[in-house]
Amino acid sequence: MRYHTAASFEEAVAIAAAAEGVTRFLAGGTDVLVQLRSDVVTPDDLIDIKHIPGVSEIIRADDGGWTIGIAVPGAVMGEHADLCRDWPGVVEGMELIGSTQVQGRATLVGNLCNGSPAADGVPALMTAGATVSVVGPNGSRTVAVQDIPTAPGRISLSKGEMITAVHLPARAEHAGDAYLRFIPRTEMDIAVVGCAVNLRLDGDVIIEASVALGAVAPTARLVPAAAEALIGSTLDDAALSALAEAASAACSPIDDKRGTIAFRTRVAGVLARRAAGIAYDRAKGASA
Amino acid sequence: MALDDRKTDGFKYIGTRPNRPDGLDKVTGKARFGADASASGMLHGAIVRSPHAHARILKIDATRALALTGVKAVVTRADFATGLTGEDADLLENVIAGEKALYDGHAIAAVAATSALIARDAAKLVEVTYEPLPHVTDVDAAMQPDAPIIRADAADDSVPEGMHPNVVRYMEFGRGDLEAGFAEADAIVEQTYKTEATHQGYIEPHACLAQLGADGRGELWCCTQGHWFVRRMCTALLGLETSQLRVTPSEIGGGFGGKTTVFIDPIALALSRKASRPVKLVMSRSEVLRATGPTASASMDIKIGMKRDGTITAASGVFRLQGGAFPGAPTAETMQCAFACYEIPAVHEVGYDVIANRPKQAAYRAPGAPMGAFAVESALDELCRELDLDPIEMRLKNASREGTRSSFGPRFPRVGLVETLEAAKAHPHYAAPLGPNQGRGVACGYWMNWGGETSVSLAISEDGTAQVTVGTPDIGGSRASMALMAAEALGIPYENVRCNIADTGSLGINEPTHGSRATYASGLATIESARQAIGKLCERAADKWGIDAEAVIWEDGCAKPSGPNAGEFPPLTIAEIAAEMGSTGGPISGHHEATPNGHGGSFGTHLVDLEVDPETGRTTILRYTVVQDAGKAIHPAYVEGQFQGGAVQGIGWALNEEYIYGQDGRLQNPIFLDYRVPVASDLPMIDTVIVEVPNPGHPYGVRGVGETGITPPLPAVANAVATAAGVRLRHLPMTPPRILAALEQKAGG
Repeated sequence: MRYHTAASFEEAVAIAAAAEGVTRFLAGGTDVLVQLRSDVVTPDDLIDIKHIPGVSEIIRADDGGWTIGIAVPGAVMGEHADLCRDWPGVVEGMELIGSTQVQGRATLVGNLCNGSPAADGVPALMTAGATVSVVGPNGSRTVAVQDIPTAPGRISLSKGEMITAVHLPARAEHAGDAYLRFIPRTEMDIAVVGCAVNLRLDGDVIIEASVALGAVAPTARLVPAAAEALIGSTLDDAALSALAEAASAACSPIDDKRGTIAFRTRVAGVLARRAAGIAYDRAKGASA
Repeated sequence: MALDDRKTDGFKYIGTRPNRPDGLDKVTGKARFGADASASGMLHGAIVRSPHAHARILKIDATRALALTGVKAVVTRADFATGLTGEDADLLENVIAGEKALYDGHAIAAVAATSALIARDAAKLVEVTYEPLPHVTDVDAAMQPDAPIIRADAADDSVPEGMHPNVVRYMEFGRGDLEAGFAEADAIVEQTYKTEATHQGYIEPHACLAQLGADGRGELWCCTQGHWFVRRMCTALLGLETSQLRVTPSEIGGGFGGKTTVFIDPIALALSRKASRPVKLVMSRSEVLRATGPTASASMDIKIGMKRDGTITAASGVFRLQGGAFPGAPTAETMQCAFACYEIPAVHEVGYDVIANRPKQAAYRAPGAPMGAFAVESALDELCRELDLDPIEMRLKNASREGTRSSFGPRFPRVGLVETLEAAKAHPHYAAPLGPNQGRGVACGYWMNWGGETSVSLAISEDGTAQVTVGTPDIGGSRASMALMAAEALGIPYENVRCNIADTGSLGINEPTHGSRATYASGLATIESARQAIGKLCERAADKWGIDAEAVIWEDGCAKPSGPNAGEFPPLTIAEIAAEMGSTGGPISGHHEATPNGHGGSFGTHLVDLEVDPETGRTTILRYTVVQDAGKAIHPAYVEGQFQGGAVQGIGWALNEEYIYGQDGRLQNPIFLDYRVPVASDLPMIDTVIVEVPNPGHPYGVRGVGETGITPPLPAVANAVATAAGVRLRHLPMTPPRILAALEQKAGG
């Protein structure tokens, strides 16, 4: 195994593009090192990217949009008052990952690029309409978060490509988001079902909505039918039922050691209702 | 065994809560655990494990591994003793496979190299050719006629003809007229219950450092609950003379019964012998879960009859336990404890010990008892609901007490079940209001405890302080308890006593710290050793005063004349006598060795409140109270810790912990992420009530307290779930998917 410390994205891309065999980028390392030690993935080239200038910064642009560096750990996001005010659902998804110690290292982009369908950091990024900047040997591009994961453990970036930042749009007035996951315990667990809801109100009426589910399909995914169920409603019982039904209908989970198909399908609807309630309250001004 | 010289009140040190002697070292990282041992020239070992649940081993080729730079030795079964029989043969077969791999994770070969990384790489280069065979992991499936035969010759004569060869032991006992008993009943419950295998989940993985020379002399440093057991097992498996191996125990990060046997120690010794270098072996968590000794899984049929007033008229149980690919599932203990809490006129029990393609089970806190308690206490709760009876009143009506003929034969001596039930009934917890979707569960439990071979020495130092040397590793605070008992007996401050855990070269045989025996048995021997030393101290004073030793008494750490007739002498302190002991007859010490059998059993009653989310099936424990008889609590904080720890492990077993095997027979969840023990934030503070009904068999009334506490939580939680969710789960663990499925089934009619 060769260990590289990249001083710039260009250098990191050059190393990755030239590498043969298994390559991994190392920021927080909370997945990469665990997989290394348990013989799941043994990289031939390990490229440390946390020393690249700017990767540990959270920046709010003049238009209110956010840029989160690729080495920003969950703990730093959780202590960023303005980010928490704008995107509480994104932050709470990130903060559910691992233990307090892991939170000091784990990153949003790492969570995304690990490609797990159960990634807690991902559904709320999707409902927020987040994008990522990607650079590679053939230049740079911007990709919507929902287009990154393609299958369990797989993402759409090609050889030599890497993410350089996460972008969240400017937060509109009267809007709120929330993320809930189901685990049998209270922490130190992997989502059996995850659900993020983002919505915007005009008065009491939901005028924009987005719903994403995790751990119920090969990738975390947006569920447009669930969002439709919310738009135009005041989150009344009929809307909540339609939301739950749409969420459950969007599930194509597996039976495994963490949960059954029937359980995941049913609970996806339950979490959608509950997350929508929290997002709605936040849009009405409740603090996270 | 009743003791004439008993003391049950008026204690000065017993019952106080001093700081633990090992506390500072542990919180500052100085305490040395199993993996902290090292030696110059040390090699590191790694084990090659079977990826198959059941397979014939056709060939093991270590050529490529041995060719790797830094690799010094590879061992296989050929490097161990041959011709072993009985338990030793099973132990060796489990430590390292012979002709067949019997479960996923079974050790096949091992490598020693100059670094842990090289050893790990080399282990991957050992080429093993397998012929996979059909496998079975479920206890009921393993008994079916078409189940694959795991080991053709494992059954003994107890098994009735016609049973599948996977049934390796059969037990049956009972008394009374079962038919008449059930005829007398106003209500009968007859149900089948299942529990899954769980692991002790000790935080410290097994680790050892071994050194064995060509001359057959060796040293072993290891993390264990019982180093004389380790010595006997290792020497048998390696063909050594017992006394030529000295075993020194490290500090121990939990064991709960799982460290009373050996897994890696004989392999490290074999590698050391072959490489002529010390070898260190440390297990990973996955190795611990795949290839140490979880508990058995169980399938049980229970039938109980009850009169309208709550009187139990008859009970029967069939208990099928799977303990891995070897005989030894704790079926007998399950049967002994299942109905032990109650006086039942007619009772009949049948038990099967069944083998399956899983790791060889090891002891886990009250081995066998929690499964039986789950089945019986659940069935009783079902009867209480049917007959509209208060669960505590029903239990009080039938409770075992002094003189009760137990379900397994002998009559109980003085025991404390009634006292724990009365205390639970009077506890504010039992009257607290419950909210929607909440329920309360009650259950009782029993563990018989153990005495066992014990050898203790106590020596007085020149300054009048004392050292106690015991052979039972301190797994739950026993050094503090020994020091308290020695201080009480000698009449000197707790701080003036130091208790050390000796290696196998320093004392006679001691059984492990198991069966909740250390505080009872090593404590008894500590007190007797102190009394022997006191006799000698009194003799020295008598000599000095020129009076008879019988005319000297020992009080508050001083020798005193027994009365005016003995003469007028100022008291001699222990320090004064000790300062002169070199010139008054030599060192003063006491020693006691015995196999005491006056261990009194301990009963407990647990209360739990919980809430079930009806939409997700998720259970939240809201309140939990443990009431248990400790006989006499030597160090109450440690007793409370045992109560709490038992409750937490039982809650985990009830709700989320289980060994999950895939269709391929491989363990699906060999990491703590998916083997779900409760985490701290899952649980409220566990409340405790210590009941003290002194044990007639211990000088200060001690009963073992370590194990009973894991027995009631399984049924208590199940009974509370039945109230909170309105569905009865007869298969543990009660995971959210299982509870939600039961709720949906009920809603669907």
